[in-house]
Amino acid sequence: MEGDTAGPATPGTEEEQVPDFFRSRRGRLLRSPRGAVVTSTVSTLVVLAAIVVAFLLAPGSRQVRSTYFDFHDMWQAFLGDPHKGFYSVGEAIVVNIEMFMIGEVLILVLALVVALIRQSKSAFLFPLRMIAVAYVDFFRGVPLILVILAIGFGLPALYLPFVSSQSAFVYGVLALVLSYSAYVSEVYRAGLNSVPLSQIASARSLGLRPRTAMRHVVLPQAVRTIIPPLLNTFVSLQKDTALVAVLGAVIEANRAAEIYSSTVFNYSGYTVAAALFLVLTIPLARFTDHLIARDRARRLAGAT
Amino acid sequence: MSLAGARFDGAERGTAGGAAGTALRIEGVHKAFGANEVLKGIDLAVDTHQVICLIGASGSGKSTLLRCVDLLETVDAGRIVFFGHDVTRQEIDEVLVRRQMGMVFQSYNLFPHLRVLRNVTLAPVKALGTAPADAEEEAMALLARFGLADKAHDYPDRLSGGQQQRVAIIRALAMHPKLVLLDEVTSALDPELVGEVLDVIRELASGGMTMLIATHEMGFARETATRIVFLEDGVIVEDGPPRQVFDAPQDERTKRFLARVLEAGRM
Repeated sequence: MEGDTAGPATPGTEEEQVPDFFRSRRGRLLRSPRGAVVTSTVSTLVVLAAIVVAFLLAPGSRQVRSTYFDFHDMWQAFLGDPHKGFYSVGEAIVVNIEMFMIGEVLILVLALVVALIRQSKSAFLFPLRMIAVAYVDFFRGVPLILVILAIGFGLPALYLPFVSSQSAFVYGVLALVLSYSAYVSEVYRAGLNSVPLSQIASARSLGLRPRTAMRHVVLPQAVRTIIPPLLNTFVSLQKDTALVAVLGAVIEANRAAEIYSSTVFNYSGYTVAAALFLVLTIPLARFTDHLIARDRARRLAGAT
Repeated sequence: MSLAGARFDGAERGTAGGAAGTALRIEGVHKAFGANEVLKGIDLAVDTHQVICLIGASGSGKSTLLRCVDLLETVDAGRIVFFGHDVTRQEIDEVLVRRQMGMVFQSYNLFPHLRVLRNVTLAPVKALGTAPADAEEEAMALLARFGLADKAHDYPDRLSGGQQQRVAIIRALAMHPKLVLLDEVTSALDPELVGEVLDVIRELASGGMTMLIATHEMGFARETATRIVFLEDGVIVEDGPPRQVFDAPQDERTKRFLARVLEAGRM
């Protein structure tokens, strides 16, 4: 057995001087930073290549490629053609942008109101507090798509003046706002609770009224800590606007792709919609990362 | 100037000048947190322009007493009389009372999201309705007086602990308090930064500010205080001029405490 031959029979004499228990068990490549980068890059590329090869070699690959990734169909779906009865996915994504832009503003306001009610301590607000708790429990627990269906088809069916005569767009946004405000109010609450009690004591000792202390001392500090989780939630909201497609009447990207597929019997429109959603969400995700990194750097600097 | 008729509406702010009177009278104050009774009947009077130093081990009730005076804690029994007004009564608006007292904490508690100048002007502007320009002018004057004018536009985390604590004192002074409460304001500081903060307090004392100070700085207490009050286990054990309390303590407990302090090299 070769293991029996003691002594430095093999090259690497200097390494032999390193006691066994100090020797790295990992590959030597990982020890230098450059080696680590090369190794991880190569392994990532290998995995990606394997996935692509598996996709291309799959028995149904040709079929899937022509149904989902047909370049001609993707381009047609992107441009749209009113004469052939389908809408442009590229234009429809603007409706998604409108929905989440309007939705975000309303969510920020409604969620703050809910959070402040839940944080309030006055006995006077007790009934409101109970309503706020029930609201958050309900809308966090019910799947968004059911909320959209309930509001989009339920409210018009009531035949109430004003409430029942809104457009599907309004109902869609309303459903998104109700559902997301429940989540975001919890994000706000976490932020409010993260402000140290000593800050509140300090504001009180200066003779600020609770409302003034909240507005000028607690909220600004809370907002700073909740911006990353808030943006994260909004990334999710951006793509969830696609669920409003179930109402049928709102021609947003997902609905436009749906119409394209049922007209032309090709799903490439969905691929276009997916790509457009990525174009929207990735920049916001990167921006969130940037803010988190900046905040971390600031805290590290402050800790010295 | 008689302060007996002072209304707590901020109309009668300004230095508590004129003839000496009683600024604060604490009568039979009890305070418990759950089963833990922290204050067991405190009686203490502070005349205007007096500097009272509260000494005693951690947990003796010094901080709780100050927080009760600032109405940050509600007392379980007893009264706190501030310039002739029982401020522990239910119908008193405690916010109006706090506007006439300044409190400074061990951990500075500056508002980290506001620049130094805005830390100082926030309360005058938002609580008293002072015009922002006037508040800023006064804040700049105060900052300059204590050597911090060049820090006015920095955020608190750019300042050293000593500088932050001086800003915290200035922030309290900007409200023109009739009484200043200092809760171990040098305990969180590095030793070399303690001096600059004590200098500020000395200057306030020589300017006639009425102060109630919880402190572990025995040398400072001896030279600055009008009276030393020694607390142990929620009761006042000894109360007298520094010379008497430090040099000829009457009570065994005071003697033991001072011996421990001496041993620790804090005197």
